[in-house]
Amino acid sequence: MADSKFDTPQLREYPIIPKLKKGVMSHSKPFIAKEPHQEPLGFPGELVDDWENVAIKKMADLQGKYRSLQVYLDSCVKCGACTDKCHYYVGTTDPKNMPVARQDLYRKVYRRYFTFAGKYFPKLVGATDLTKEVLDDWYSYFHQCSQCRRCSVYCPYGIDTAEISMAAREVMDTIGVGQKYCNEIISKVHKIGNNLGLPGPALEDTLEGLEEDVEDETGVAVKYPLDVKGAEVLLVTPSADFFAEPHVDGLIGYGKVFHEAGISWTVSSHASEAANFGMFIGSYDNMRKLAVRIREAALELGVKRIVFGECGHAWRVAYSFLNTLAGPWDFLDPKYPVPQHICEVTYNLIQENKLRFDKSLNDDMVLTYHDSCNVARASRMGDSAGGQFLIPREIIKATCNNFYDMSSDTIKEGTFCCGGGGGLLTDDLMELRVKGALPRMEALRRVVEEKGVTHMAAICAICKSQFSKVFPYYDFTMDQIVSVHQLVSNAIILTGQNDENDEENHPQEDIDEAA
Amino acid sequence: MLSFSIAALFYIAFFILAYGLVVKILQYKNTPAPLKIPTMPAPTTQAGVVFRMSKEVVFFESLFKSSKITWLFGWLFHFGLFLDMLRHLRYFIDPVWFWVVIIQPFGKYGSILMLVGLAGLLARRIVVDRVRYISAPSDHLILVLLLCITTTGMAMSFYLGADVISVKSFFVGLLTFNIQNIPADLVLISHLVMVAFLMIIFPYSKLLHAPGLFFSPSRNQVDNAREKRHLAKWAQELEKTN
Ligand code: SF4
Ligand code: SF4
Repeated sequence: MADSKFDTPQLREYPIIPKLKKGVMSHSKPFIAKEPHQEPLGFPGELVDDWENVAIKKMADLQGKYRSLQVYLDSCVKCGACTDKCHYYVGTTDPKNMPVARQDLYRKVYRRYFTFAGKYFPKLVGATDLTKEVLDDWYSYFHQCSQCRRCSVYCPYGIDTAEISMAAREVMDTIGVGQKYCNEIISKVHKIGNNLGLPGPALEDTLEGLEEDVEDETGVAVKYPLDVKGAEVLLVTPSADFFAEPHVDGLIGYGKVFHEAGISWTVSSHASEAANFGMFIGSYDNMRKLAVRIREAALELGVKRIVFGECGHAWRVAYSFLNTLAGPWDFLDPKYPVPQHICEVTYNLIQENKLRFDKSLNDDMVLTYHDSCNVARASRMGDSAGGQFLIPREIIKATCNNFYDMSSDTIKEGTFCCGGGGGLLTDDLMELRVKGALPRMEALRRVVEEKGVTHMAAICAICKSQFSKVFPYYDFTMDQIVSVHQLVSNAIILTGQNDENDEENHPQEDIDEAA
Repeated sequence: MLSFSIAALFYIAFFILAYGLVVKILQYKNTPAPLKIPTMPAPTTQAGVVFRMSKEVVFFESLFKSSKITWLFGWLFHFGLFLDMLRHLRYFIDPVWFWVVIIQPFGKYGSILMLVGLAGLLARRIVVDRVRYISAPSDHLILVLLLCITTTGMAMSFYLGADVISVKSFFVGLLTFNIQNIPADLVLISHLVMVAFLMIIFPYSKLLHAPGLFFSPSRNQVDNAREKRHLAKWAQELEKTN
């Protein structure tokens, strides 16, 4: 299906709510996981006999474990307020991509088996048996939800379709219908420690390569350490940071920040992955096992702090769940929140005047900022609500002269997902990814035209990969997506660097005034 | 006979409503929320959560953000309903509290708000293709039921009048298990039967959104995951096994 022909949606001047077209995305399905990707996660390798009963039993189990699921299944009034809020609906116009319709795929089965009305008056309340067709719809449309939570912001009861998608995926895994992309990746982390299956020696090579590059460029011996016992900080970052563009430029930036602030740090080869795909498949158990690796690494290396690199869903699991999954963290330095985001670290250092920048080094760019969905709506940075919006922007403004936000209904808690989150960043879902990016592309196009924006910064590995891939479909170029810490890396002045003498010619004050 | 049937109907309806709601509320309360999932940005204190919830309950804040039209009709209906329910207190309380007397005329106009709200919501359900797509027959019928309750009530208070004294003695009698005569008035009886039916379906339908809102983890959780470890019972069990 990767090569199926599809049309890239037209960017519209005035985004109006599209008319629905039934079934236009029913063909979109990710590859099914085979046994080797299912078994390590504790799931059967193929559709089990008696799958209907197994599925219904799993649904009952989940309803008893998750209040969110139980309350959301009962509480929807079909007001329709969420119907136009999902980027996949806007981009595909398939009605089953309206958040409430997606939930209803699950809810109609819930009603049939678990509610009085659905048992005795199924037609009246739209309840149906769990049939093969329903299961096919589940597989298709619960893999068209990036668990971005935009619908939850706008629902009068906060109903979060992400919770339903996670439950549906877990039910499907339990009966042997898993998604290859996610489950293959999770099994790699269980075995090797990161999503890409990069073993320790490969990481070491990469990090050494970075040290050489940075030293060549700046003349400063910035370290990118691996498995160093007794380091102050354990950096847990998405594995894409080790090699993909523009991710790696972000990693270079983190290293420069730590170096300049005199904070010793290390990456761990045991927990060399920030992203936790256990969340995407709704599996508490898998999510927990992946998170525990971080605890083990922190204990093993004897660090005092844990810092996460730029990654959206990873930051959700880190900020909101890590304490639950792998805490308590009483063996770490209580002066710092556990975990911290690299942006919090950098921002605090900027506030304390510990970093110096030459903003003009980013003058070749006019920037905007994409709030990653799971940072914006599922986590926080800093001490007060909304810090997740403020802090990355302040870092950009401290390192760049030209910054403009996109229109207000497409940023902060109203931000649109990049189109590739929630375990959908796979080539077999390319059509969905391109179409789902539409609302973000429209907002970006507007600031490009009105403000002359040339680049969009992000702090999520998925967003960065997704945009580099889908930009060309919308006549942008791959390199127009940048890491926030890439901007930091460009502008930071390292003590003792090659051209530091030149810096006398434009002292900090001038630079600031130019802003 | 009629009085007796209506009385029995209301006892049964009340029992089903109360029992159904208690069962549901206990279910929500006893089902753990194993992870912190407030929709951010979220309040960082319990007081902040109370404030956030109050804005949702009183002003429908999230709905206001998402759809002004739905908000307008939805809010008009609920506000009208609220006024009208207060107004109806006079049928149960003797002597009638002072403030219930004061709001009587407002309660009367509350029904107009309800009518406008319900008509708007029904129209939206039929006209807007997205909302039509997600509607089951029950979604339309609940609106129709509410419309019928509203219009029969309005017919009595604006045109036909009703024997309020008898109605009151009937309901006060119900409260003290002393069944009085109910006037054999077709409009009144249909109004009452429909209200009883609404009470019966309440705990078995989407009307559960009323208690549901208070239990929604995305709205009622405090954003303090890093400061305070949040652990469900069943998740604690997992820690023992490995
Ligand atoms: S906004 Fe909430 S209550 Fe309304 S239809 Fe969507 S999920 Fe249901
Ligand atoms: S969570 Fe995001 S992707 Fe999923 S239904 Fe809601 S808006 Fe759409």
